[in-house]
Amino acid sequence: MKRHLISAADLTRDDAVLILDTAEEMARVADRPIKKLPTLRGRTVVNLFFEDSTRTRISFEAAAKRLSADVINFSAKGSSVSKGESLKDTALTLEAMGADAVVIRHHSSGAPHRLATSGWIKGSVVNAGDGTHEHPTQALLDAFTMRRHLAGAADGGPTHHRGPGDGTGRDLAGRKVTIVGDVLHGRVARSNVHLLTTLGAEVTLVAPPTLVPIGVESWPCEVSYDLDAVLPTSDAVMMLRVQRERMNAAFFPTEREYARRYGLTGDRMARMPEHAIVMHPGPMNRGMEITAEVADSPRCTAVEQVTNGVSIRMAALYLLLGGNEPALAPSAPADKPARTEETSTP
Amino acid sequence: MSETTKTLLRGARLIGGDSADVLIEGETIAAVGQGLSAEGATVIEAEGQILLPGLVDLHTHLREPGREDSETVLTGTQAAAVGGYTAVHAMANTFPVADTAGVVEQVWRLGRESGYCDVQPVGAVTVGLEGAQLAELGAMHESAAGVVVFSDDGKCVDDAVIMRRALEYVKAFDGVIAQHAQEPRLTEGAQMNEGVVSAQLGLGGWPAVAEESIIARDVLLAAHVDSRVHICHLSTAGSVEIVRWAKSKGWNVTAEVTPHHLLLTDELVRSYNPVYKVNPPLRTEADVLALREALADGTIDCVATDHAPHPHEDKDCEWAAAAMGMVGLETALSVVQHTMVDTGLLDWAGVADRMSFRPAAIGRLAGHGRPVAAGEPANLTLLDAAYRGVVNPAGFASRSRNTPYEGRELPGRVTHTFLRGRATVVDGKLT
Repeated sequence: MKRHLISAADLTRDDAVLILDTAEEMARVADRPIKKLPTLRGRTVVNLFFEDSTRTRISFEAAAKRLSADVINFSAKGSSVSKGESLKDTALTLEAMGADAVVIRHHSSGAPHRLATSGWIKGSVVNAGDGTHEHPTQALLDAFTMRRHLAGAADGGPTHHRGPGDGTGRDLAGRKVTIVGDVLHGRVARSNVHLLTTLGAEVTLVAPPTLVPIGVESWPCEVSYDLDAVLPTSDAVMMLRVQRERMNAAFFPTEREYARRYGLTGDRMARMPEHAIVMHPGPMNRGMEITAEVADSPRCTAVEQVTNGVSIRMAALYLLLGGNEPALAPSAPADKPARTEETSTP
Repeated sequence: MSETTKTLLRGARLIGGDSADVLIEGETIAAVGQGLSAEGATVIEAEGQILLPGLVDLHTHLREPGREDSETVLTGTQAAAVGGYTAVHAMANTFPVADTAGVVEQVWRLGRESGYCDVQPVGAVTVGLEGAQLAELGAMHESAAGVVVFSDDGKCVDDAVIMRRALEYVKAFDGVIAQHAQEPRLTEGAQMNEGVVSAQLGLGGWPAVAEESIIARDVLLAAHVDSRVHICHLSTAGSVEIVRWAKSKGWNVTAEVTPHHLLLTDELVRSYNPVYKVNPPLRTEADVLALREALADGTIDCVATDHAPHPHEDKDCEWAAAAMGMVGLETALSVVQHTMVDTGLLDWAGVADRMSFRPAAIGRLAGHGRPVAAGEPANLTLLDAAYRGVVNPAGFASRSRNTPYEGRELPGRVTHTFLRGRATVVDGKLT
């Protein structure tokens, strides 16, 4: 693995499986009375959030704290950034304070890339969502969730693999994943296409043509404008949040028309294979891209995804900071169960 | 009055290919021929070097007044001289905007005081570049600056009626409207060329059609009112087709291309390094090749630098926050040699045409873009085309360093530049 986590496209299959497997180890910690590992004691993780995102920030915060890291939350609002401080000067400040990792959420695509490559800081950079570019930890937690449910299943089979350890070492070969919604402005779709393809899944994007970027033909996925056509062959259907304001820019005529053509309803869910799951990265627009009936059904993994997010972010921080060398050897997970055991006897 | 200075360029290669001596006396070329007498003259051994008419830039941002932190008329004209230019057109998007006779005269006067390069101010088409009300085009034309080229560059004159009126109005004094072709609604939030790379990088797309639709409209408007329109920094293969079609109709349409659009593509944006952020954006390889071909066959009339200096902090940041533009005066001739001459697309006569004769003709500039012949003004550029060097912005005369060519090896080096007989550059150094 590289020293930074900027783009899901940077991850090899082995990198990705290593992160997912590590996350399975981390998930076990959550089942313990004391949900904490000493791994990152004395290390400093900065959550540098230029965009409001309570969900992602607290997920990273929980992950870092469970690894015993010191966590500094830096929000652009009310800080020197709102007084016009540049990204560079903010970075230099964090560097001077000894940040070992910077988790950055930024409204500008490529900002984490700049942070990692401009020489402003020495620590690891984790992309927590940049503009309309990528959100790699979201894709990882989505893949993690899918693997738990689908990795062991035979083609179209009903097998659900829940619980720790299931799917460990496996990828998503042959699984069919449908991602529905605002692909154009969405960083979740972009990261998922890269990661899921790397893990062997077949991805289909479904959206009105206005919300599919020009140039999508270079992506390793299919594009469909017809949700009903792809549902019967989907192992997982991921509904993306669609901002209501988009209709003001003529991306679609009305909220109701969007919901009718691209929203996941109970009827539509019934056309999915029995074993197939419904995913949503949140926050949901109930009644828009997903009905309450679907959101609250046992097939919807939205809440589970939040839980898995902490495990994935623990794994990412652990792998980026826990090793002694920048590029972690594949043997890294082998010594980890031991560490996990250590902490089980506090 | 001091004695008339004499300079003899010995053995320079003329654009036709022959070698000759060129004697400069005072402000003019006194003689071109073999074995000219060097008596009383400073002799420059120009054997093997190419003598071009002084280059003319139709599109330069000198930033003064208002943004003297990035460039001044003095530093900008010094950069121009180093690049082999003897005349530049200073764009109107200064602070205040060059939309009155007062501002264009100020810029014109600063150019004369600099002494490195003639500065021909471009006037704004509309007040404050706002696209709503025509600026006093006639007053700017009649001012000491004698403005002929009008442009809201940086912004598009997108209102079709305003554009029509501007085209009509400048006919009274043989003016030309230089259009920055960018349909504003199609480019809201635009950050780079819209295509495969923008889709992967998640950067807002600047589609080719936003340029092409305006060019199509404007060539039709120019034809309708029988005026002349000049297309700034044309950047797409589709734009080339439209201009080619308009010219085939005999309409009075001219176009320019920047050096960077002849060489660089949007693949470079993958670095997210804002040094590659420019407007119009870097396009695709297919566009680059179409632009080269169009410059070679004359569909595109000239190379214009769109020299756009920016202070370091405006590029030392994340992509979206960065300013758009690149400096270009000091590297333009090298990039043209690299992309057009070394590829066999254009000979040196072609370079003289596209970088001196035609831009001077479009701007109706007297005394520039003239042949190297006895009796002509001594505006000359001597180029060592055999030179190979790595671009090092630390050595730029420009106040800004935002070049996309840093570290890149490029051919050619201007050794001498003469502005009306006076050497502004000697052995590659400003005088």
